[in-house]
Amino acid sequence: MTNHDGPPNGPFMAKVALTANGQPHTLTVDTRTTLLDLLRNHLDLMGVKKGCDHGQCGACTVLVNGVRINSCLSLAVTHQGDEVTTIEGLGLPGHLHPMQAAFLERDAFQCGYCTPGQICSAVGMLAEAADGAPSQVTTNLGASEIALTDAEIRERMSGNICRCSAYPQILEAIRDVAEQSA
Amino acid sequence: MRPFTYERAVDAAQAAKAASERPDARFLAGGTNLIDLMKQEIEKPAHLIDLRALPLADIEGAGGGLRIGAMATNSAVAADRQVRERYPVLAQAILSGGSGQLRNKASVGGNLLQRTRCAYFYDVTKPCNKRDPGAGCAAIGGLNRNAAILGQSSACIATHPSDMAVALSVLDALVETVRPDGSMRTLPVDELHRLPGDTPQTETSLVASELITAVVLPPPPEGRQSYAKARDRASYAGGLASVAAAGDRIALGAVALKPWRARLTEQALAQGASPAEAADAELAQAQGCGGNDFKINLTRRMITAALKER
Repeated sequence: MTNHDGPPNGPFMAKVALTANGQPHTLTVDTRTTLLDLLRNHLDLMGVKKGCDHGQCGACTVLVNGVRINSCLSLAVTHQGDEVTTIEGLGLPGHLHPMQAAFLERDAFQCGYCTPGQICSAVGMLAEAADGAPSQVTTNLGASEIALTDAEIRERMSGNICRCSAYPQILEAIRDVAEQSA
Repeated sequence: MRPFTYERAVDAAQAAKAASERPDARFLAGGTNLIDLMKQEIEKPAHLIDLRALPLADIEGAGGGLRIGAMATNSAVAADRQVRERYPVLAQAILSGGSGQLRNKASVGGNLLQRTRCAYFYDVTKPCNKRDPGAGCAAIGGLNRNAAILGQSSACIATHPSDMAVALSVLDALVETVRPDGSMRTLPVDELHRLPGDTPQTETSLVASELITAVVLPPPPEGRQSYAKARDRASYAGGLASVAAAGDRIALGAVALKPWRARLTEQALAQGASPAEAADAELAQAQGCGGNDFKINLTRRMITAALKER
């Protein structure tokens, strides 16, 4: 358990207890703090990136209880009891997550800024598809199993923008992992 | 973002009561729109009432239809087996909006109450009657490619951005609410949103601090359901126009400040009109403002196509 000494309690401060990459934390923060800023500025998890800060680019994507969300559009104090996973929690050098290894293998980035968000999003996306969740391009909404075609992967990843336009390689990396786990 | 105090609601009626005691309070559901607006200081609540812990996320059968809790996420509704099989227009509409990440966070109640994406509403350096009643409308005479073609006024030409609400309109959905005094009511989703008139800042017929608790779908109508959306990108883009169809019913999105049920099209169909004639029946009243003139013909073609596919 890590305790962080926040500023003195006041009307605009609130306490939140959550788990980040398996580590429990209890913090008292300004209620305005987004989950993104909490992870970066309070917990030193610099893998999660601030791109647009408006939910448009996906660079801040993390997994909350296994579900991908934009951490920039979520207030930290609303995550009481949640388990948050960032890119650091998926894997570190020497112990890479299969999606991280696939991004390296396929050279699925240039500058790398969007990559943590892409990878967290891809991991969350594969879990959604394995769960049978449909997408806009799913032709048979009644089907219980989703065939992850390239069109499905592209559609499901549309919330992650890559300024370097490494999309073909990102698609290949995700397809590799989807086929491994299929 | 302005400073605000924060509380976690434990009961829907108590949340409504708590909100009524703080006129500067707002309910917080998924937050994907509200938090963004707070960052821009378009929304400036002094107090947030977080609804997350309320037991309002269930999706369950109800009287031959379906009752969807207001805190069910957009993703959960679109993935629900009953929605996919009996109300596919709703699943399609939801899946055509936002991104995977946003749909995982956004709620049903919040989707209904999201605010317009009009660029001038978001640009606090420009006049907007929604943000600042009486200030004027910079979209009229400005860049208005996305503006409304139906139901607009000289005060506001913005559109409502929800795809989900268009499907709810065509499905004759009902909205359940609780008010600060603990009383509940049910209203048709078509009566939830208001046209701008002289008061575009008043967006819904909800009373102060009234909280949406659920959306109720009656049994689906006979006939095919479909949702078509025209936009500038293949994914993750707001609509230029959208058409929801369910049997002989049609509703339009991105053309007005509310989901637009095309009753004149439906009446024309009932009287034996062709698809094109039925589309014209609704759009005879449509008006462009320059940049969005193309949307009238676009919408006409989309209605006609949807009707031909039935």
